[in-house]
Amino acid sequence: MARAVTTQRKLVFTAIGWLIGILLFFPIFWTILTSFKTESEAIATPPSLLFFDWTLENYIEVNTRSDYLKHALNSVIIAFGSSLLGLLIAIPAAWSMAFSPSRHTKNVLMWMLSTKMLPPVGVLVPIYLLFRNTGLLDTLVGLVIVLMLINLPIIIWMLYTYFREIPGDILEAARMDGASLSREIVYILAPMATPGIASTLLLNIILAWNEAFWSLNLTAADAAPLTAFIASYSSPEGLFWAKLSAASTLAIAPILVLGWFSQKQLVRGLTFGAVK
Amino acid sequence: MGQIILENVSKSFGDAEIIPGVDLEVGDGEFVVFVGPSGCGKSTLLRLIAGLEDISGGRILIDGQDGTRLPPARRGLSMVFQSYALYPHMTVYRNIAFPLRMAKVDREEIDRKVRDAARILNLTDYLDRRPGQLSGGQRQRVAIGRAIVRQPKAFLFDEPLSNLDAALRVNMRLEISELHHSLATTMIYVTHDQIEAMTMADKIVVLNRGRIEQVGSPLELYRHPRNLFVAGFIGSPRMNLVTGAEAERRQAVTIGIRPEHVQLSTESGAWSGTVGVAEHLGSDTLLHVEVPGIGQVTARADGEFPVRHGDKVFLTPESERIHRFDENGEAL
Repeated sequence: MARAVTTQRKLVFTAIGWLIGILLFFPIFWTILTSFKTESEAIATPPSLLFFDWTLENYIEVNTRSDYLKHALNSVIIAFGSSLLGLLIAIPAAWSMAFSPSRHTKNVLMWMLSTKMLPPVGVLVPIYLLFRNTGLLDTLVGLVIVLMLINLPIIIWMLYTYFREIPGDILEAARMDGASLSREIVYILAPMATPGIASTLLLNIILAWNEAFWSLNLTAADAAPLTAFIASYSSPEGLFWAKLSAASTLAIAPILVLGWFSQKQLVRGLTFGAVK
Repeated sequence: MGQIILENVSKSFGDAEIIPGVDLEVGDGEFVVFVGPSGCGKSTLLRLIAGLEDISGGRILIDGQDGTRLPPARRGLSMVFQSYALYPHMTVYRNIAFPLRMAKVDREEIDRKVRDAARILNLTDYLDRRPGQLSGGQRQRVAIGRAIVRQPKAFLFDEPLSNLDAALRVNMRLEISELHHSLATTMIYVTHDQIEAMTMADKIVVLNRGRIEQVGSPLELYRHPRNLFVAGFIGSPRMNLVTGAEAERRQAVTIGIRPEHVQLSTESGAWSGTVGVAEHLGSDTLLHVEVPGIGQVTARADGEFPVRHGDKVFLTPESERIHRFDENGEAL
């Protein structure tokens, strides 16, 4: 028999939930706070929590020293570009694996996932040389391609799981009704899987936005996204915590806002499965 | 127009042969029911006709033309699925309009046809709703609407009523039969329910393990089952099958007698037995009688027949209604 959730238990769980939430959010909160301090206050011990001289000088300096908007635009292009391109490839791939599986489908899926187990640095040199020889180094196109490839297994896996929730009968009905394969995907599959596709897109935008390894190694100035912009503040001259924090805050702000507004969609997508 | 001919159609999945080779002719305008127990291949056969599965051998002719390799959309057939298979993100209107949109029919024509179909199927008030907001019967009607709207050569029904409750099933059965009369289009209907088969069909195809056991009108199958399988499958309650001395006396290995062809008496008769269970249905009473030397015999009596559990009754099979079968189960 299921036990009723008592008020007391509810309170305990709520408290634990809040505690975990605060713990996870604390580094971000601290970064934001530090970005409003002077450099000396940033490294002061004991650290001051809220009572310090709030200042915007770090933001002003960060903006004069580097072009935030350019990096932000690069990040947007790379994150959205690689995610959309990934979807374009992954939707047909996931369709075929979900609705027309062969004996090898499971193995192919496992193989794709296994590529995520390889440390990226293992293929850095070949990819770097490939990029140098094809002129893709420090270009947005290059980074879009590489991030799309890096995240493709995840995109296909997520879509595959969502598509499998869609009854095959409905697609067969569309076929009987005269829909070609492309129309079947556009008119039936895609709209039915919208929550799944949207959450896959969002998750991949976030992953691509936060990606640092490839952005740092394959870009220099022109195509550098915000992750490279933050890294440029941990310089050989020493760490400037307050400026680094200001740069970080500027870099994470857009994705934080996107995540905040889309959290319902994200959660709904991740618990997808109620189409029947 | 809607003649479908199967020529030695077979289907295997890997090494498993599901349908070993079927020949069948479905005439234009006929209502043909495929009936058989689960796993007999009836749905597979329907899906082969629809084009949703590739056939392993043989040919399918639709209106005289070879449709074997045609994709489902180009066979000119409509299908109604067991699960309804409505598009959940579209309104009833858009569900019904979908095949017409795919056929690039112009907007006014679509509107006229959708409203016509909705009127026939009593769906006019629900056109703006989504499938999720409809009852099971309404959903089934939308599925039928989607099938009739593009005037196919034939309708294929894959156990369309099995998700409905009993009362609704009877209603929908009538509605589909009426639809067949008014449209006069070929219909192929798959069911495991032999009552549906008997009440709706012009022609019943009894399938067993991928093979056709018998094809015929409902009454033909009822009166002259070709073998034991058909005899046991068609008719409700099932035909009583008796082996042993009683059969040998009639020069057969097995004899069959339907419950409605057993005369009942409380005074005298050919066999005597004890009533195990008496099912009073109101109009009829079904008696399950234990007859020594023969086994359990089911008999149908009128609703007023005054017996209870444990009573002694006499049974007399109507001799001209007895079916005789040989050692292979074939009718003699």
